[in-house]
Amino acid sequence: MSHHIVQAENLHYTYPDGTLGLNNINFRIDHGESVALVGSNGAGKSTLLLHLIGCLTPTEGNIRIGDYPLNKKNLKAVRRSVGMVFQDPDDQLFMPTVFDDVAFGPINLGLPDADVEKRVMTALETVGVSHLAKRSPHKLSGGEKRAVAIATVIATTPDILIMDEPSSNLDPGSRRRLISLLKTFTHTKIIATHDLDMALELCGRTIVLNKGELAADGETKALFHDDNLLEASGLEKPLTMQGCPFCSKEPIPVIAK
Amino acid sequence: MANLHNNLFDIFYMDTLAAGDTWLHRLDPRAKVLTTLIFVATVVSCGKYEVSMLIPFILYPVFMVTLANLPILYIIKKMALLMPFAFFIGIFNPLMDKNIIARIDLTGIVVWIETIGLNNIMGLIDFNGLKGITGTIDVSGGWISFFSIMMRFCLTVGAALILICTTGFDSVCMALQRFGVPGPFIVQLMFLYRYMFVLIDEASRMLRARALRTFDTGNIKHNLFGQMIGQLLLRTLDRAQRIHLAMCCRGFDGHVRMVRKMNFGMTEILFVAGWSLVIVTFRMYNIPVKIGTLISEIP
Repeated sequence: MSHHIVQAENLHYTYPDGTLGLNNINFRIDHGESVALVGSNGAGKSTLLLHLIGCLTPTEGNIRIGDYPLNKKNLKAVRRSVGMVFQDPDDQLFMPTVFDDVAFGPINLGLPDADVEKRVMTALETVGVSHLAKRSPHKLSGGEKRAVAIATVIATTPDILIMDEPSSNLDPGSRRRLISLLKTFTHTKIIATHDLDMALELCGRTIVLNKGELAADGETKALFHDDNLLEASGLEKPLTMQGCPFCSKEPIPVIAK
Repeated sequence: MANLHNNLFDIFYMDTLAAGDTWLHRLDPRAKVLTTLIFVATVVSCGKYEVSMLIPFILYPVFMVTLANLPILYIIKKMALLMPFAFFIGIFNPLMDKNIIARIDLTGIVVWIETIGLNNIMGLIDFNGLKGITGTIDVSGGWISFFSIMMRFCLTVGAALILICTTGFDSVCMALQRFGVPGPFIVQLMFLYRYMFVLIDEASRMLRARALRTFDTGNIKHNLFGQMIGQLLLRTLDRAQRIHLAMCCRGFDGHVRMVRKMNFGMTEILFVAGWSLVIVTFRMYNIPVKIGTLISEIP
C-alpha cells in the first residue's frame, strides 16, 4: 500500500517577511506509522503541517503524499487522502450544527444524501458523541468540540491523519479519552504536540524540530532518553519517564540540576 | 461587557425555540420565508402617513406567536433592543414635516384625515364627547409618519424574529439558497451567525485584560480603543484564514451544501396562499376605516 506514504525531500520554506520557517527537512513516513512531531514554540511544527496539506507551498524541495507529488494539480486528490485536525476546534467547526459540520466533507465529496447521513452517524459514534448531532458547535465543551472536530475529519475517510496539538486545552479525563480513541485508529498519524507523554503512548516514532531544522528522527523512547537533545530543543523528559519526586530515592533530573 | 455577553446568549435562545415541534415549526422553511417576505414588502409599501391601515397587520405576528408557542415577552425584548435604530430614523420627521394633516376633536374624535387639506374626513368615531372637555388637537404630518415608521418597524422586525424563532437561522439560509440567492451571500450570513459569538468572546477577553491592568475604572481612551479595534481586526483576519484552510481541507468550492429534507406540500401552498390573500386585502382596503365608517355611518 504505497499510497499512504508521506515524504518530504529537502524542504525549505521562508515566510514572505523573510523569517526562516523550515530548513532542509527530509523524512519519509510509511503506511500505518504513528509519528509525533515535537519541538519548542516556533520550531516549525505548524508550518510543516500546513505544508503537508498543501496550504503552504515550499520555497524549495518537494513533498510526496502517496504516489503524487504535492502540487496545485494534485491538491484535491491529496486533500481527499489527508485529514487535518486543527488546534482550535472553533476554526474547524464552522457549520450551524454538529451534523452539518460532519456532513460538510462527505457532501463535498459528492456522496448521495443517504450515504452522507450514514457516514456522519458512523463518524460521530466512533468518537462517542452521536448524541450531540443536533447541537450547535458553539455550545459544546472543549472536549466535545475536539471529539466533533476529529469526527469531521474521519467522516471523509482519510488515509493519513494530521493533528495539531490534539490534547491542548483538554481536562485530564478528556485527554485520556482522546488517547484511547487515537489508539484505535489504524490511519497513518502525524501528531504535532507538546504533550510528550501522549507522544510516548501513541507514537513509535518521533521527529524533533528545532528552529526550523530537523534535530532528530527516530524511535520515540530512545529520543526521549537523550537529555542533551531534549534540552537543546527546548523540551523536557515526559513525566512518565521521570522518577517520582515522592517515592523515588533518586532525585528527579530537573531538581538535580 | 457582561451585558453584551448575556444578550448574545439570549440570541442563541432563538435556536432553542426553533427546535420546537408545532406544525408551524414543521412547515417547509421556504413557505415561512416567502410569507414573511410578502408580509414585510406589503407593510413597507404602505403610504408615508398610514397608521390605521397598519393595525390589522398585527394579526400575522399574533397568529404565529400563538400557534408556535413562542414567548411573547422574549420577542418584545429583542424588538426593544433594536428600537433605538427606528426611533432615530423617525424622530426627525416631526421637526421637518410640520404640516397639520390631522385634527383630533375632543368632543368627537377624528380618527384619521387622509389629505393635507383637512376636508377629507375618512373615519369618525363618536364618543359623545369627553365630559367638560372641548377643543381640538392638531397633529402634524411629521408625528404621524413617525408613528407610522415605528409601527412598521414593530411589524417587520417582529415578523423577521418570528421567522427565525420558528425556522432557525440555518434553515432560513437554506431556504434563501433554494430561492436562488447567490452562494457567497448565504455563506456570509451563516458565518456571521456562527462567528459572532467567537468574535464577541475575543473582544471581551481583550477588554477584560485591559480592565485588569488599568486601575482606574474610566472608559477606554480613544487612542487605545483604535489599537484594540486594530488588534481585533488582525485576530479576526488570522482566524478567517485558519477557517478557510479548514474548509479547503474538506473540499470547499464556494458553495455550502447541507442535507435538509424540504417538502413544499399542500399545507405549505395553503399557508402561503392564505396569508398572501389576507395581507393583500389589508393593504388594499383600510379595514379600520371601513369599520369606523360602518359604526359611525359617516360616508
